[in-house]
Amino acid sequence: MSNLEITIEFGGGAELLFDNKKAHNVSLPIKNKQWIIGDLLLWIKENLLKDRPELFLQDDSVRPGILVLVNDADWELMDTVNYVIQPKDKILFISTLHGG
Amino acid sequence: MPLCSANCGSNAILKRPKTGDALCKECFFEAFENEVHFTITKARLFEPGKTVAIAASGGKDSTVLAYVLKLLNEKFKYNLKLVLLSIDEGITGYRDDSLDTVKKNRDDYEMPLKIMSYKDLYGWTMDEIVAEIGRKNNCTFCGVFRRQALDRGANLLKVDYLATGHNADDIAETVLMNILRGDLARLNRCTSIITDSGDGIPRVKPLKYTYEKEIVMYAYFRKLIYFSTECVFAPNAYRGHARVLLKDLEKIDPSVIMNIIQSGESLKVNETANMPTLTKCSRCNYVSSQTVCKACVLLEGLNKGLPRLGIGKSSKVKRILEENEKKNCDSTSCCRTNNCKKDIEGVEKCTDKLSSVNLIK
Repeated sequence: MSNLEITIEFGGGAELLFDNKKAHNVSLPIKNKQWIIGDLLLWIKENLLKDRPELFLQDDSVRPGILVLVNDADWELMDTVNYVIQPKDKILFISTLHGG
Repeated sequence: MPLCSANCGSNAILKRPKTGDALCKECFFEAFENEVHFTITKARLFEPGKTVAIAASGGKDSTVLAYVLKLLNEKFKYNLKLVLLSIDEGITGYRDDSLDTVKKNRDDYEMPLKIMSYKDLYGWTMDEIVAEIGRKNNCTFCGVFRRQALDRGANLLKVDYLATGHNADDIAETVLMNILRGDLARLNRCTSIITDSGDGIPRVKPLKYTYEKEIVMYAYFRKLIYFSTECVFAPNAYRGHARVLLKDLEKIDPSVIMNIIQSGESLKVNETANMPTLTKCSRCNYVSSQTVCKACVLLEGLNKGLPRLGIGKSSKVKRILEENEKKNCDSTSCCRTNNCKKDIEGVEKCTDKLSSVNLIK
């Protein structure tokens, strides 16, 4: 079985925490259980996030004020951290916390 | 994927924080725009035929405000003339980039743009101020100067209104902050949708009831280009305690935002409470609760090599200013206090000097 290929994107200033890189094509290793966004957040923390994880994560979710869209739809419509990631999903994190 | 709550048959793309409704893209646009329109008409924010300056930073709120005002102005025939007003604080690597975004807004939305710089208004850029005072209290300077700069810009442009992009989250945060600080005067007026700085140009907040989440989602789905970064001098300045508290509460229940705004609107300050009376700054004539406004105090500190002058208690500032003036009076170079008004020439000299620094060239 092949890995789970998805796209992760950052916007609204969240990209500043990821070397200013907005789009990341990632390949998630297959594991026993399905990948949910909650797992992905931990994976991002281990693999993409350079420093200051508290600016991106809080408890078991994203920091309040960071919006998450799965294939251009609000993750609040999809059970947030419990959404089961599908191949080729585009998961976008937009910060609302940055000013102009 | 849930369907749109408006029963249009499309897939929902957003859960609204205000109502919990799931809406599709088109129904969201319509609801968002209609609500801003409702806010504008209910509060009678604008009179037809007038000119509105939109305070534009290039950030999400002002970009959405400019876009929506243009759209509503055409759709509902407000008959308003819209212009963009930007402030250049003189922060290399921050404002110069965001001003490019504002210039793009100018072209996209076909609105005239006026940029006022701190350098022109005050004689100092923020880069220069930071070089002088370090990175500890620089936000005080920037905030005080920006408010006046917008008012002065609005005056110069001879507009009838100044519209700012303050959203519901901003207002709720301000209410909380004013409670935490015990600032009754500001608590009393911070929820007003129209405020007057004493110069006859009302400041209006058409996005007062619009959630930050919806502003960002609207900008995303409308593909509006905005600038988002942290100010180079204040990384994480947004992490004020009030903001963190509010965002945590909002996560539990988004209606806290509206509840806080409503509480702020309904509050009536006890008549026996000690409230500052607003007067005009004796130097620049700007509305102020002190004889000399905060901007003039900060400026005097900078110009006299006492940059920390305006930081801290106003009573202390008053004492230092008086001492300074006494010294100056003795040397007859500049005089402003009541007890030496006889030195009329000195007074005039002084006023001229200050206004040349302070006022728009």
